Amino acid sequence: MTHPIDSVKTYAWVWIILLFLTALTTAVAHVDLGAFSVVVALTIAVVKMLLVALFFMHLRHSNQLTKLVVLGGLLWLALLIMLTLADVFSRGWLGVPGR
Amino acid sequence: MASEAHVETLALREQFDTEAQQNDASTLGMWVFLLTEIMFFGGLFMMYTVYRAVYPNVFGLASSTLNEIIGAANTAVLLCSSFTMVLAVRGAQLGKRRTVMLFLVLTIILGLVFLGIKGFEWNQKFQEHHVPGPGFHLEGTALQGQAQLFFSLYFAMTGLHALHMVIGCGLMLYLLWKTYQGTYSPDYYTPIDMGGLYWHFVDIIWIFLFPLLYLIDRHLK
Repeated sequence: MTHPIDSVKTYAWVWIILLFLTALTTAVAHVDLGAFSVVVALTIAVVKMLLVALFFMHLRHSNQLTKLVVLGGLLWLALLIMLTLADVFSRGWLGVPGR
Repeated sequence: MASEAHVETLALREQFDTEAQQNDASTLGMWVFLLTEIMFFGGLFMMYTVYRAVYPNVFGLASSTLNEIIGAANTAVLLCSSFTMVLAVRGAQLGKRRTVMLFLVLTIILGLVFLGIKGFEWNQKFQEHHVPGPGFHLEGTALQGQAQLFFSLYFAMTGLHALHMVIGCGLMLYLLWKTYQGTYSPDYYTPIDMGGLYWHFVDIIWIFLFPLLYLIDRHLK
């Protein structure tokens, strides 16, 4: 097969960074950042997801079609979340006659 | 080559022109399956987001009763299993059968450790009466219904994730057996590659479950 083979060193570094980010996100959770604690926690989670997907799942070696499909899948998830939230939070804004 | 007939092998089935084409098709197919899994879990993540936004106080209180140290430890276990999994795939790329088997066994063991810790946590929930149902009680709030909603989502999400772990361990056992039989070679190790994609995907789900369930209202405590 045509995949380039990554070195153990590369994988080990990714693994160590992932463990570090887990410790970091756990520690930061105890600091009062107000509304930003969600943002920080999810940012760290997204970075971890990217590390796993790009290195462990070899997405950085995948062809353009696969990358595009993965991106499309995430876009669909974003649509699900955004449109549902838009509905849930804006439903009460307009008065409905007779209610 | 493209239009000629070729001898069929595991690495090059009749319907494909080249080994690279077959490999690309397998990878793309596996990712499409994983995307359906994203939408499957996505519905639960969606529901969690909406109810957390609608009932922030009780969800924060309920979330803070979870033990974040156990959650972090379990995350570490799962990340270690992803590391051993990727080394198993690397072993397969190099054609090192014993290495593949060693790391598959380690991956299964770490997967079982994760499930063990999860089981310990669920057992604690039963003892603390934090399991939705007639015996449910969460200290510090009169809104028991909203609190049960949190724990219903907790059990649904971690339960569905654990089910994927059990299936993953089953897949690894199958791959271990086939590797032992000598089915795979550097020319053909697609099942190990795809098994790896599945395992890492389940890891990614947990990477999001952990902060969302355990961490994001921890500072309010």
